[in-house]
Amino acid sequence: MSKALKDAGISALIALGIFGAMVGLPTVVGPGGKLSLDPQPWTVAIIVAVVFFGRLGIVLWQANRKPRVKAKSTTHSKYTVANVAGPLLLAVAVVLPMAGDRYLIDIGILVMTYVMLGWGLNIVVGLAGLLDLGYVAFYAVGAYSYALLAQTFGLGFWTCLPLAGLLAAFWGMLLGFPVLRLRGDYLAIVTLAFGEIIRVVLLNWTQLTGGPNGISGIPRPTLFGLKFTLGDGPDTFAGFFHLTPSITYRVAFLYYVIFGLALLTNWVSNRLRRLPLGRAWEALREDEIACRALGINVTTTKLTAFAIGAGFGGFAGAFFATRQAFISPESFTFIESAIVLAVVVLGGLGSQIGVALAAIVMIGGGEVFRDFNEYRMLIFGVALVVVMVVRPRGLVSGRTPSVSLGRGGHIAADMMSEGHG
Amino acid sequence: MAEALLSVDKLTMRFGGLLAVNAVSFDVRAGDITALIGPNGAGKTTVFNCITGFYKPTGGRIIMRQPEGGELELAGMPGFLINQRAKVARTFQNIRLFAGMTVLENLMVAQHNTVMPNVARGLMAVFGLGNFRQLEEAAIEKARHWLDRVGLTERADEPAGSLPYGAQRRLEIARAMCTDPRILCLDEPAAGLNPRESDELSALLMSIRDDGCAVLLIEHDMGVVMRISDHVIVLDHGVELADGTPTEIKANKHVIAAYLGEEDPEDIVEIVA
Repeated sequence: MSKALKDAGISALIALGIFGAMVGLPTVVGPGGKLSLDPQPWTVAIIVAVVFFGRLGIVLWQANRKPRVKAKSTTHSKYTVANVAGPLLLAVAVVLPMAGDRYLIDIGILVMTYVMLGWGLNIVVGLAGLLDLGYVAFYAVGAYSYALLAQTFGLGFWTCLPLAGLLAAFWGMLLGFPVLRLRGDYLAIVTLAFGEIIRVVLLNWTQLTGGPNGISGIPRPTLFGLKFTLGDGPDTFAGFFHLTPSITYRVAFLYYVIFGLALLTNWVSNRLRRLPLGRAWEALREDEIACRALGINVTTTKLTAFAIGAGFGGFAGAFFATRQAFISPESFTFIESAIVLAVVVLGGLGSQIGVALAAIVMIGGGEVFRDFNEYRMLIFGVALVVVMVVRPRGLVSGRTPSVSLGRGGHIAADMMSEGHG
Repeated sequence: MAEALLSVDKLTMRFGGLLAVNAVSFDVRAGDITALIGPNGAGKTTVFNCITGFYKPTGGRIIMRQPEGGELELAGMPGFLINQRAKVARTFQNIRLFAGMTVLENLMVAQHNTVMPNVARGLMAVFGLGNFRQLEEAAIEKARHWLDRVGLTERADEPAGSLPYGAQRRLEIARAMCTDPRILCLDEPAAGLNPRESDELSALLMSIRDDGCAVLLIEHDMGVVMRISDHVIVLDHGVELADGTPTEIKANKHVIAAYLGEEDPEDIVEIVA
């Protein structure tokens, strides 16, 4: 109990440190255009109290939970990349929009979208070892699903989000069927073709998709019915909370939506990895023939990998549509697939934290180097080559066993197979 | 004599113009160790691949009798169903472990169908629904049992690819046994083992047989074959040459001729023995 109290106390102190300055001391514009501080001690006190009791609750709950019998689900050595960089990145990601810099949040949204796409593709390529060069197809299916559902039936973002995911998953299975027997290069070529087919269909089916003109006026997401428009009516976010209407709220909200979706992707894939399904995916990557000999239905296993990976691509696509409010086939070219695949490979196949780091480096880095104009891609390419020479299995390679008898550690990448398609 | 668990009846496998297996018939009885021997290229592994569903035989039948009565035709059945439904497990001549996964994980993958009976249940487990926890714990228990039996408990959390060769062979057998087979098919399990490891292997195979699982094995190590087999089938050039107890086989002139290509059995008997 005292340990739990101490733990909660530390958490509360950290919260005080972070929110004391950010929330407790906002600047307001005075009547004469003068800036002055407007201390908010009570808000801070409430936040700190919530953190304190929340942390206390979590610690006590964990202590009282029935301990896992005999075998631990996973074991963690103390200072792995995932254990240090993970929480750090998460903390930065949580507080990023509070900086209030529109440009920064926009980059954050972009990076987060690729993190999510990377994590989704990681299921297919990293875990199941199936090389998919047409992942953008599912991104497109998700985006067009939302856009068309919203335009035709007037459905909102939150209704369409699961539908878009389901439709993309359905298309993932549809792609899965013909390519089940293909491996390696052949699989890559067929998935590449599939990506192109989807794009070409979107481009030419003018009655449905608007062809090259795309679809515009896609509705923005709402927060429990509150809109993020620049009015101050009671049904807008700013109006409801009596805030000055600002575009930043909407951008920050979008940021948190994609942040939440990315976390969901991460949670589901991490969890799946420790379940029989995920284990079967990894076994499939290691040796498909042995899987068959052990009674694993390789067809179903591959299809679930394609479908779940595609489903997350669909979620990301729906988000993309709502964020842009306009989509056209131009956004879903092969280069997008290539970038997402590069993120996964650069990060390290199967590594969640690696993919996040790679997305930051590749997408965020691309933005940082924007001033270099035409040399940007050159720097970018050289950097990629250097990384792949120095760390051929990606930034964070290897894997943590999904189950252990207590002596578990890290498995080096050179032991693992990359999959044969 | 007990009724046959597995009956191979006039099994024929043709690859284009090559007749790899020609009308081979034999029985595998429950509670027996049955050995399939023959010179290289005799068609032993082809027979195995037909039984375990990796090849679809061009002729003949492979019948597996079910304990509850009834028969399953294995010829043409998809490979994973042969393990899942007919309960035939196999190992490979060139070891096929999941090298990047731990020893324990290898055994857990083998119990995939027990822990995840169908995809819906597998997805429910993501949200903690269903009885996944109990199934997983039971699976870990069974894995521990087999780790003990093959002496790999200490190395349970090491990647399978890092084990020495002999241990990899044992792990592959343990992994096959984790699928609860009624017949365990082993493709040259003693290849590359030293004499002590071969002895351990023989003891393991006999204990598996005594537990009621039939063993069908391809082996070149005649010491192992003659010591542990209850029943030996000899193949040569895709045809069945002999079928009988180890003693009968040792005395069979055709077998000796096929193995050594000579007609004088006198000085050869010692080598085969």
